[in-house]
Order: sequence, then C-alpha cells, then structure tokens
Amino acid sequence: MATYSTNEFRPGLKVILEGDPCSILDNEFVKPGKGQAFTRVKLRNLITGRVWERTYRSGEALEAADVLETEMEFLYDDGEFWHFMKTDGSFEQVAAGAAAVGEAKHWLLAQEKCSVTLWNSDPISVTPPNFVELAVTRTDPGLRGDTAQGGVKPAELATGATVRVPLFIEIGDVLRVDTRTGEYVSRVKN
Amino acid sequence: MPHDAADDWRPSCDVAALRERGRTLADIRAFFAERGVLEVQTPVLGAHTVVDPAIDSMATRDGRFLQTSPEYHMKRLLAAGAPSIYRIAPAFRAGEAGRLHNPEFTMLEWYRLGFDAPALMREVAALVDLLLGEAPYVHLTCAALLRARFDIDLDDTAALLEIGAGFGLAQPTLDEAFDLVLADALGAEKARRVFVTAFPADQAALARLGPDGRAARFELIVDGVEIANGYHELTDAAELAERFDADALRRQARGKDAVAPDMRLLAAQRHGLPDCAGVAMGLDRLLMLKLGARDIADVIAFDWSRA
Repeated sequence: MATYSTNEFRPGLKVILEGDPCSILDNEFVKPGKGQAFTRVKLRNLITGRVWERTYRSGEALEAADVLETEMEFLYDDGEFWHFMKTDGSFEQVAAGAAAVGEAKHWLLAQEKCSVTLWNSDPISVTPPNFVELAVTRTDPGLRGDTAQGGVKPAELATGATVRVPLFIEIGDVLRVDTRTGEYVSRVKN
Repeated sequence: MPHDAADDWRPSCDVAALRERGRTLADIRAFFAERGVLEVQTPVLGAHTVVDPAIDSMATRDGRFLQTSPEYHMKRLLAAGAPSIYRIAPAFRAGEAGRLHNPEFTMLEWYRLGFDAPALMREVAALVDLLLGEAPYVHLTCAALLRARFDIDLDDTAALLEIGAGFGLAQPTLDEAFDLVLADALGAEKARRVFVTAFPADQAALARLGPDGRAARFELIVDGVEIANGYHELTDAAELAERFDADALRRQARGKDAVAPDMRLLAAQRHGLPDCAGVAMGLDRLLMLKLGARDIADVIAFDWSRA
C-alpha cells in the first residue's frame, strides 16, 4: 500500500485520513527551539468538503488515496444518478449520486464539460466550470427604462437554477453565471 | 520552491539577496571586530555529534558527522584558553526542511567570557538592531508567554496535554505537547521582538540552572520567527555528563539512533570551561526578515532542492 511520509507532504497530495480521501491544502514544518519536529497539515476532506487540521511527528506517514480529477461530459440525470462520460475517447461512463454532485447540479447542462473527482474509480465530487452560459427559461417581464437603478429580480435558468438578474433580462436571454458564487455576471446574447 | 528540473541549475535566490548576504556578513565581522571578539574556524566534520534528542545529524561514510552547530569545538577552544570568540559556519540537520528550515544552513555562534544571559541578550539586541534596524525588545519568561497565549501555568502538565491534543496530534506525550504549545506561542509573537527567558529545567539543553530552578536560556523571536538561542553556559562537568545521559535516554525513548557522547567536550569541561554565555543565531532567517522573504530558499544561493 502506497504511503507518503511527512517529508513528502505537499499541497495537492491526496491521502486517506480516518477512512476518507483528503487533499493536502497546506503543510508546514515546525520545530520550536530545542523541541521536536512536527508537520502541521491542513487537509480538505474530499467527501464532506470539511477542512481538517492535523499535526504529525516527523517521519509519520499517511496512506495515499487513489484520487483522480478528470474532465468529463455531462450526459443526463435519471432522477437518482447523474451520468457522465470520459472525454479521453474511451466513452467510459460513470454515474454519480446526489451526494457527489452536490451543488454542481444547478449548473450541469447536457453535453457540457465539467470536472469529476474519482476515488478508486468512483465519483466523489463534481465541479462545474467557473463560468457557465445558460438560457433564461422564466422571469418576470422587465421594465424598460429601469436599467439605471440596479434593481434585481429572480430568473430561472435552463438547469433549473435561480439567479438574481437585472430587470432588463428577458426569457431566452443567455446569461454568464459564476458557478462559485451563483451570481449573474453578464448577458451574453438575447 | 517548486521548479522545473531543466531549470534547477539556477540559484534559488536573486542577486539582491546575494548582495544582502554579503553585506550582512561584512557588518557582522565589523560588529565583532569593534568589540574585540575573535573570529575562529572550527571543523565542519567531527568525530562526534550532539546527543540532543531532537536533532538528527548527518553521518559520512567514514563515520564522521556534519556538525549540527560549532558549539562543542568552540567550547573546547574556550576551555583551552581562547578569548571571546565567534564563528560563522554551515550547520547541518537531517530532515529539517520547510519554509523556515533548510537542512544546511548558516549559523552565527558566539561566546562571551564573563557574560551572563542578560548581558548577552543586550549584545544580541545590538547586533539585530544593526542588521534589521532599531526596535524595542519585549522580555517574557516562558511561563508568561504561555500564560498570555493559552492562560495556562507552565508546570500544569494536564493543561499542557489538553492544549497539545488540540493541535491534532495523536496521543501526544508531555514533551510533544509542550513543544507544540511553545511553537504555537512563539509563532504568534508577530510584529515584535521578544526575548523568551526562564525555560523549564528539562528544556535547559546546555544552559545552567538559575536559583529559581529555571534554565538560564533565552530565545529571540523576531516577528514570530526564532532567530537566536542562547545560554549562560553550564560549566559543571558532572552535570554535563548527567545531561548527556538523560538525553541519551530520551533519544532511546523516542526510538532515535543512539549517539555516543562527545568525551572530548566532557574532558574539556572537566579541565574547566570559563564562566561565559553563548548564543547561536540563524543567519538565513535574519536575511529573510531583512528582505521580507517568505521562504528560506529565497535567501540561500542554492537551497536543498538545488544544491
């Protein structure tokens, strides 16, 4: 079983901690005065997203996690699973449950690419592109001439997500949205 | 520092850092020349090394050791009648690599005959003022430092263990808990210069014990970074032998390689180490502070990954 010793720790390294795959965010070697050497580590649990802080004695090791972040194309969801296909030409498909897809479900549009994290070949998380372009399917009619005051209203997008948009946005407009914040960025075309 | 293999012939620091290092070395030599302290050279490879339980030496194939500090050779010089001396030397410690550590680093170590810890702290402050610019110095005992940071008593082992466990180390020993608590408290002293004094007796290393039972040892922290460690030196040879034995036991308990004590240092101290205070200062870290560098590699010509 592959392991990583403290002197191999570096940001981005994938390890197993308490049974879950984690990604090292930050590691620092500390050694006070005449004291012993430790490595203090911040890790993100790739299943829960929670950040853990741990301290290891120099030379301690963690089991390596077989974690792969890969580009995939979203195909469809069947109500229970979201189906993705590898873009490496293998046409291999994986099915991700709601826990793995999480908030990404608001931004997944069929035939669009996204990043899927696999642990022992099973999907554990899905990350949409930072920016997506989605059409507005439903919103109240805008008030012409009211563009200057920066008023907002809700708009439902093709994926079912709702974002707050300026009053001039109409059904059929394509919007650029930041998936990290869920915020409207601009109107791409109408 | 991450870098391309094809590019790793290049230095890890820039020309400005080289210039600053050169100037700093010249300033240090001028500082000691003015004070009548003699520069000496001592072996970098020795037959013996330190028994210190938290330091791992690098051994050569012929059984010698790269020196973890010039301390033992310098003390043998003092025992043989040398005046106050200083040494700018490479020092080597296996496994110590990180943002503030390079396994090979540059140490400035000096010994002052007739000085006690307060006198040496004043001289350390004068040198740091010269190199980094003048600033006030705060003096805190180890107990006051921990009380301020964690509101605990230095001798309260249960509290130390509880707070030590909070750093996420599995089943810390009391030693480990103390080290983590101290490291955190030292690192938290951002944006000021602090002399930490009066260490617990088991943290004395080679400092003598004061009448209060605390070690006459000090550390200088500048902006959260440990810069210097000094002692009013232990001169009692019998006590030195006892500490060597205690350190050997600690090494054993921690599963570290056994190290034979340096009998030549013991013999020198039996002959007689004069009353003196000594301090070791990390020159690379001083340069980091001077240049505002984030990583020690930024002030070393070729850091560990390129050397």
